[in-house]
Amino acid sequence: MNLFKYSSPSTFYPLAGALAPWFGWAAGLLSVWGLYIGFFEAPTDFQQGEAYRIIFIHVPAAWMSMFLYLVMAAWAGVGLVFNTRLSSMMALALAPTGAMFTFVALVTGALWGKPTWGTWWAWDARMTSELILLFLYLGFMALHASIEDLRRADKACAVLALVGAVNVPIIYYSVRWWNTLHQGASVSMTAAPKMAAIMLHSMFIMMVAAWMYSIAVVLTRVRRIIRERERQTAWLRELQTEEALA
Amino acid sequence: MNWGSLDNFLHMGGYGFYVWGSYLVTAVCIAIELLMLWLRSKSAASRIPENNA
Repeated sequence: MNLFKYSSPSTFYPLAGALAPWFGWAAGLLSVWGLYIGFFEAPTDFQQGEAYRIIFIHVPAAWMSMFLYLVMAAWAGVGLVFNTRLSSMMALALAPTGAMFTFVALVTGALWGKPTWGTWWAWDARMTSELILLFLYLGFMALHASIEDLRRADKACAVLALVGAVNVPIIYYSVRWWNTLHQGASVSMTAAPKMAAIMLHSMFIMMVAAWMYSIAVVLTRVRRIIRERERQTAWLRELQTEEALA
Repeated sequence: MNWGSLDNFLHMGGYGFYVWGSYLVTAVCIAIELLMLWLRSKSAASRIPENNA
């Protein structure tokens, strides 16, 4: 099987359409399961009381915000180097979802910070770099919208996305490099988690749910982008005729 | 975790505003994203011109 076949919009379009609903269902079922464990099985935290239950969305959202940025920058980079038009469309499709998760991470962080730290916001390294991430996403979308020639817009945005990628390790390591109000990592690759197993369990399920949601939404959005950009092509017209006859 | 009553569940040990506020904001953001995606499929830009050949 030739996987590169799917690097063409005309073959990727139906594949994305077939896959998206499955990821959507998986996201819905996993978040119900994860929240059930998070609210009905996980006990009260001995330090934070019930306020800690914000973790089940805050941490998955924050991880997704960083990870989606790297995926977006990677696709944009591939589009820049190999001039493949689907790669640039993928990058463009990822930006709004990444921005949404960044916003959610910031707002839930503020709502968590107020009762536990006594402040909604502090200009510490973790929060400031996450805010910059939001501006990078918004800048990416605004820059793309402001350049009329789509291929030029793709290229300019790819450079922005790649340069901005340096911010992601800064966010990730900020709690280690600087003394921040934000706590250090509760979960890391190298040490045992500093959380009760049942809380961790719920958080990981929510993490996978956020993954599935992102895949479903991005696949659907990339189909919209393909439709908008390729509307003059013969394959889309044929598809439309087939859909009309079916 | 047995909450005992719905009131206790909504009260969240005094953190109801923060916990439910977080979940509400997230739900609204997701709803807006899905709505915008749906509206985009209805937009003129994604409509394919009729094949007049």
